[in-house]
Amino acid sequence: MTRIDNEPRHDGHGRPDAVSVRGLVKHYGETKALDGVDLDVREGTVRGVLGPNGAGKTTLVRIMSTLLVPDSGHATVAGFDVVRQPRRLRRVIGLTGQYASVDEKLSGRENLYLIGRLLDLTRKDARTRADELLERFSLTEASKRPASTYSGGMRRRLDLAASMIGSPTVLFLDEPTTGLDPRTRKEVWGEVKRMVGDGVTVLLTTQYMEEAEQLANELTVIDRGRVIANGGIDELKAKVGGRTLRIRPADPLELRPTAAALDEFGLTGPGNATVDIATGTVLVPILSDEQLTAVVGALTARGITLAGLSTELPSLDEVFLSLTGHRASEPTGPGDPRDTPADRSHESYEEAAV
Amino acid sequence: MSAATVIDKPAALDTGDDPHVGPRAHLRHISALIRRNVLWIRQDPESMFDVILMPIVFTLLFVFVFGGAIAGKGNQDEYVNYVVPGLMAMMGMNIAMGVGTGFNQDFQTGVMDRFRSLPISRASVLIAKIMVEIGRLLLATAILLGVGFLLGLSVSNVPGLFAAIGLALVFGSSIMWIFLTMGVVMKNAQAIQGMGFLVLMPLQFGSSIFSPPSTMPGWLQTFTDYNPLSSLADAARGLMNGGQPVAHDVMITLLWSLVITVVMAPVAIHKYRTKT
Repeated sequence: MTRIDNEPRHDGHGRPDAVSVRGLVKHYGETKALDGVDLDVREGTVRGVLGPNGAGKTTLVRIMSTLLVPDSGHATVAGFDVVRQPRRLRRVIGLTGQYASVDEKLSGRENLYLIGRLLDLTRKDARTRADELLERFSLTEASKRPASTYSGGMRRRLDLAASMIGSPTVLFLDEPTTGLDPRTRKEVWGEVKRMVGDGVTVLLTTQYMEEAEQLANELTVIDRGRVIANGGIDELKAKVGGRTLRIRPADPLELRPTAAALDEFGLTGPGNATVDIATGTVLVPILSDEQLTAVVGALTARGITLAGLSTELPSLDEVFLSLTGHRASEPTGPGDPRDTPADRSHESYEEAAV
Repeated sequence: MSAATVIDKPAALDTGDDPHVGPRAHLRHISALIRRNVLWIRQDPESMFDVILMPIVFTLLFVFVFGGAIAGKGNQDEYVNYVVPGLMAMMGMNIAMGVGTGFNQDFQTGVMDRFRSLPISRASVLIAKIMVEIGRLLLATAILLGVGFLLGLSVSNVPGLFAAIGLALVFGSSIMWIFLTMGVVMKNAQAIQGMGFLVLMPLQFGSSIFSPPSTMPGWLQTFTDYNPLSSLADAARGLMNGGQPVAHDVMITLLWSLVITVVMAPVAIHKYRTKT
């Protein structure tokens, strides 16, 4: 199997990819945190990196933001090499870490002012920029309070604001909504979308398929330091079986007949309908809105009354199950066959690169 | 190589890095970081308790509890003149330990990652921390001398007093690099504190800080002779009140400070730079 290119694309004429990673390897002692990762982010797009805890997502972001030096492989950000040109690279990136990296003892305004000064803004410019960003991230009212008094969402917004001070061209968001409640999560997504609207290139790591779907144009799924799938969101969703339709018949006695009817219709995506007794629902994978409509029509024709209907994105676990044959949280035994996912990654990588 | 070729070079082929941060930018970064630490104090005044209370408690404790026993009942005044210069030496060690624990806690939050991903010299974060701690040490020393004067401390040589303060600051700041390194390397603040006490206690008590080593057994006297804290305490006493030659002790103290700084500052900066 031939690689398309081993070097970052860099022809001197066209613009290089905003982020380009080739064969990145990083060990921590015996543990291989990254085991040959390839990845590109085109300028102005969002690349989601999806993976469970310990997959190597944070290590990847730390290498890209010059906090860690890789053992081997190449990586460039905005055309700058992470190892050879760290100082130039640091001028064009923004970083929002997994833990809100703001100074809790300082006020929101002081936090932003400090970053501004460290980015060589004059006192006046640092102040103006801080106020601008406080306004933009709806923090003006709380700007004088110490960040320790902020809610989780406010802290995350301050963190995003801090990473925007230097008007970066590439932004790294390492699990930006981990630990947030659903409402706050949506709020942060809104902010990230606005930042992308301004033309920032984003590399986002996440554990949530839903987050990737909301924010990313393209997705890389990684597991144990390896890329196991790579491609557009829709492409991957089709690969993992799209959404799950959850149907609640009005009469609980109709649960099994409903499931049987669905299998009989054959209107849905891969996989059979399953009955979830605990919630009184039937689950069935679907690939499109047309399938959803067809299912409702067919069930109605059978005289089954529906009390509830919802669609769900596959969970990280389900994504992993369909891509790798094991669950995200499952520890691998020594005899685990790794060949399949690795092969697959190269295959899909080439698809994406061509 | 002419300047024109450099300018003509297309940006995409330029594989060089920016030069290191210049001295003026460096100074600006350090002062912004010092400002951060000063704002902390305003936000959390309790963080100054150690600096304010330690000199008061230690002076009172040693003068009134041990002073009589060491210098003879009723001779506490004399002991004040002995122990206050010694405590100046001790202060630096204790505050330096706080540098390690504070810096370690800073690392537990993501703030350090943000600083390290900014285009600033990575040493500036450490230097700012040391500057702030030198300020705190200066305040502790001022309080120590204030309490000393209330208890009858006499100073015959005022320029000597300032020289003694300066010497204590130089030595104290060199020790801070050791604890900064520990702050970066060790897992948590408790570990640093535990380790710190284990080292500090014998160093402080096995010295001429609290009592003249002349009553100690021979092996211990050998230890105190080589203990830099003895040199610093003796130098401070000589500088403040004369009565003993100071040149040797001053030299020894400066030499220790220099060696510790030259060895530990690069280690601290390196460890900070490569912290994973």
